[in-house]
Amino acid sequence: MRSSEAVDEARRMMVICNACRYCEGYCAVFPAMERRRAFTAGDVSYLANLCHDCRGCYYACQYAPPHEFAVNLPQTLSRVRAQSYGEYAWPKPLAGLFERNGMIVSLAASAGIALVLLLATRLQSPEILYGPHRGPGSFYAVIPEALMLSIGLATFGFAVLALAMGWRNFWRDTGGGPATQTRPLFRAAFDVLTLRNLGGSGHGCNNRDESFSQFRRYTHQALFYGFFLCFASTASAAFYEHILGIIPPFPVFSLPVVLGTIGGLGMLIGAAGLAWIKTRSDPAPAAKEYLGADYALLALLFLSAATGLLLLALRQTPAMGVLLALHLGVILSFFLVIPYSKFVHGLYRSAALLRNATERKTP
Amino acid sequence: MNAEYDVLVAGGGNAALCAALTAREAGASVLIVEHAPRDCRGGNSRHTRNLRVMHEKPTATLVDAYSEAEYWSDLLGVTQGRTDERLARLTIRSTAELLPWIESRGVRFQPSLSGTLSLARTNAFFLGGGKALLNAYYITAERMGVDVLYDSEVKNLCLENGAVREAEIVSGGATRKLRPKTVVAASGGFQANIEWLREYWGEAADNFIVRGTPYAKGLLLKNLLDQGVAPVGDPTQCHCVAVDARAPKFDGGIVTRLDCIPFSIVVDRDGNRFYDEGQEFWPKRYAIWGRLVARQQGQVSYSITDSKAEQLFMPSVFPAVRGETIGELATQLGLDPSALEITVQNYNRAVRPGAFNPKVLDDCKTEGIDPPKTHWARTIDTPPFIGYPLRPGITFTYLGVKVDENAAVLMQNGQPVSNLFAAGEIMAGNILGQGYLAGLGMAIGTVFGRIAGREAAKVAQQ
Repeated sequence: MRSSEAVDEARRMMVICNACRYCEGYCAVFPAMERRRAFTAGDVSYLANLCHDCRGCYYACQYAPPHEFAVNLPQTLSRVRAQSYGEYAWPKPLAGLFERNGMIVSLAASAGIALVLLLATRLQSPEILYGPHRGPGSFYAVIPEALMLSIGLATFGFAVLALAMGWRNFWRDTGGGPATQTRPLFRAAFDVLTLRNLGGSGHGCNNRDESFSQFRRYTHQALFYGFFLCFASTASAAFYEHILGIIPPFPVFSLPVVLGTIGGLGMLIGAAGLAWIKTRSDPAPAAKEYLGADYALLALLFLSAATGLLLLALRQTPAMGVLLALHLGVILSFFLVIPYSKFVHGLYRSAALLRNATERKTP
Repeated sequence: MNAEYDVLVAGGGNAALCAALTAREAGASVLIVEHAPRDCRGGNSRHTRNLRVMHEKPTATLVDAYSEAEYWSDLLGVTQGRTDERLARLTIRSTAELLPWIESRGVRFQPSLSGTLSLARTNAFFLGGGKALLNAYYITAERMGVDVLYDSEVKNLCLENGAVREAEIVSGGATRKLRPKTVVAASGGFQANIEWLREYWGEAADNFIVRGTPYAKGLLLKNLLDQGVAPVGDPTQCHCVAVDARAPKFDGGIVTRLDCIPFSIVVDRDGNRFYDEGQEFWPKRYAIWGRLVARQQGQVSYSITDSKAEQLFMPSVFPAVRGETIGELATQLGLDPSALEITVQNYNRAVRPGAFNPKVLDDCKTEGIDPPKTHWARTIDTPPFIGYPLRPGITFTYLGVKVDENAAVLMQNGQPVSNLFAAGEIMAGNILGQGYLAGLGMAIGTVFGRIAGREAAKVAQQ
């Protein structure tokens, strides 16, 4: 992690926090801070990524503005966090792209891929695209299976590789060391799955003001679990097709469709809820220059689910062809921008929680 | 806002909010008049962290037991008898039922704590500290329909025939007159009123650092005492500790404290030692150092030690001043290098060998030097040498108004004012006439806040 104004500012504040310690009950960040007397840039990055941005500490802080110490940890750590995403991204030159123009990049990518897919089919014949397709194989009648599969695997494979490299960069920068003990792994997984760190002992976040609310936790959970249900839906679809030999589209009460429908609804609710609470939240502890990237990711997740559900609803109508191309366009561009989007917060936060769990085990 | 509230609460800290909540829950209409703007509300309570509570058996946040007898004996120890036993025991007994009351009004406690204070048995810690507690109370109060006026001050309570007839409030530059049925005075002490402090401390008061809110001016306290209300507590005394001299003038709070004194030597502006730095464990002695520093020239002193000691105390918010030699450190601190070198040399020569142990009153001491250092005396010889400048940091004053067990304010003739009650630092001197006991201020504020709120609502509804 390079030093920056935000890193220096975080360091300045953490010296104050370390002398005060009133917030130590809120989340893992403060006990982790207390284990150190000096903070390298890597330490600051680790603590920034450990922060869940619940903002409890901001409202509890006797040194928050207008106090001359002007401690605003959530805002400063948000800045460090956003900078760390660029720092750890692989390959690095691509990192700045999304950070600056998240929304445009993702929408353009979606449209671009959808267009390529449409053109590919239009080259065959307009009747295929708009013609009524029913029964097994109807998707592949519009977009050839080989094309769908190759672009899908290529973009997904790239995302996995880039994320793995990002993880490696984060882990090295924040201290390296082995990360293979089982107890800390379970502990970190528990922290990720429950969002235990929001507001200390699970009291939730401060969204609009001094009052605590579980809204952000529940909407994030809807989005998080919705996303993994959709992932499970895709995996089960592959199993159906390639192991069981059942050709999509699948019936409404098949496993892929049920998982995808519940997951998609969860994602819609979660993404919309998170975006809504962002528009309503107190701007004081937020780093507003990075909100664009947040909205871009939420929009992309919302669109992934919305186009998927729409495709399900209209798959027996002439709109199916266009919707299929659109849905695939969104999903594939999502894979492409994942490593450079706000999506990586999940990666680095999980890594930070794992480091924290490891650190707590070996004080 | 209307002109005829049942209860007017002057002040916006813990005691004020406890009074307001209790009165509102009893059905009274309540107005809080807080001197600070919203962002700085809460008086000194915003810098607090815990509450001392009596308990017969372990609770969710407290280990073991802390009996009335032990609490009373701790209080007697620090006050050396400067306490009203009836009110003190009332406070102690009432703390036994406080935690559920506080929690049901939105405040959260944290399970246990780290750091250097070992109070897990006697004190319950607020999750997030005093400001988080205040936030919870304000949210609850506002939801219940308590009105709050920030940036406003109760300037004058007009006492006539043993009752408050009228309240003069300055709000937004304009003076308003209200006729509340009852008033709770919970506006704190006068520790932020340098001019008033100067009456007792002379020009030295100008160099005091006020650790808490700049809004504790004590105007209402003065107003009441001027009208014949009975005073309590020594007006010349204040709770004063040694803080980092680089602290802000006001509101520096907890982070300006320095725990390094027992592991250092302390010198005045001329580089000379003046008191036994190793007399007792720090928590027991730290309160005397404020007054010791206040008595030095320019109200400033310097704690000097070396790298051996650095890991023994909590990190301060200000970086230690460093030097590779004692002379260099002296220059950095603005002291005469040769004077400090001589002091350190003399001290080092006087140090006798011993088994250093910061956890007990060890046998590391000096011989043949005045003043001696009686514990934790080790030679200062391992660079980098480190130093911290010290100033007196005033936490609270002891002067207050006399009250009875119903929190009613008493006149000099012993008669209670029929519709005036007091809670918090403005009356804490009834119980804590001297010394300091961690978490007692919040205990008094909560207990008497509730009593004052209950009685005010009762009188208002008669």
